[in-house]
Amino acid sequence: MQIPIEYYLILSAIMFSTGVVGVLIRRNAIVVFMSIELMLNSANLTLVTFSSYLGNSIGQIFVFFVMAVAAAEAAVGLAIIIALFRNKLTVNIDEINIFKW
Amino acid sequence: MNLVVVLFAIFALVCVSSSILMVTRRNPVISALFLVVNFASLAGLYLTLNAQFIAVAQVIVYAGAIMVFFLFVIMLINPAKEKKFLEYKPQLKIFALVIAFLVFVQIAYIIFVAHPSNDVTRDVAQSVKAGTVEQIGRELFTNYVLPVEAVGYLLLSAAIGALVLAKKKFQ
Repeated sequence: MQIPIEYYLILSAIMFSTGVVGVLIRRNAIVVFMSIELMLNSANLTLVTFSSYLGNSIGQIFVFFVMAVAAAEAAVGLAIIIALFRNKLTVNIDEINIFKW
Repeated sequence: MNLVVVLFAIFALVCVSSSILMVTRRNPVISALFLVVNFASLAGLYLTLNAQFIAVAQVIVYAGAIMVFFLFVIMLINPAKEKKFLEYKPQLKIFALVIAFLVFVQIAYIIFVAHPSNDVTRDVAQSVKAGTVEQIGRELFTNYVLPVEAVGYLLLSAAIGALVLAKKKFQ
């Protein structure tokens, strides 16, 4: 018995929606960042699913690049959060409104 | 019921429940630990898809390196307990749930209309071959050697950028 491809895709859709909820309802900048990582991972799951079902390794190579970019993004984003915390002494995204006046 | 189906069910359950717990816990450290569980179960799902290299890279890069980043930053800046924001703005929570539900319905509609299992049937031997380190390494260092170099420079510049940003500069 084989698992239909839709199961993996729906699982990935559920994870993506959970990430959307996290980005919208959480106030802590670090947790918002973690929700973004969750959404990136659900996209990775879709890519690996199609790569495996089509028997083609290009999708997995793309996932490799997505992982590298996600690592770079996490480094820069967390550095931005640290710099913001130095200036504003908070990571609550409602209080970080320095672009607004 | 063969082993792959059982493993898929277990990993999918762990994956969904840990992601929901991650979003709903108030303490960011507990959220980060649930995210580690989620990444580990994703690595298991990659193994059920015969993607060995990606499964190992998931454990090393995400569950290892990126989560150490997150936990380190949480430890460093010690964020105060999140204010009970949603208690006095409950309409925001409903709004977020509606938006997420609409996103989910959109994706599910596309999946069920396109019905990809009509077009793709999984050839197990071929998918095992596609996921091996050998196959991926050969592709990376022949056809995709330029993007690999570019990603190397991207990581270097991200490391330098992170250092510059986190340096004590303003006040």
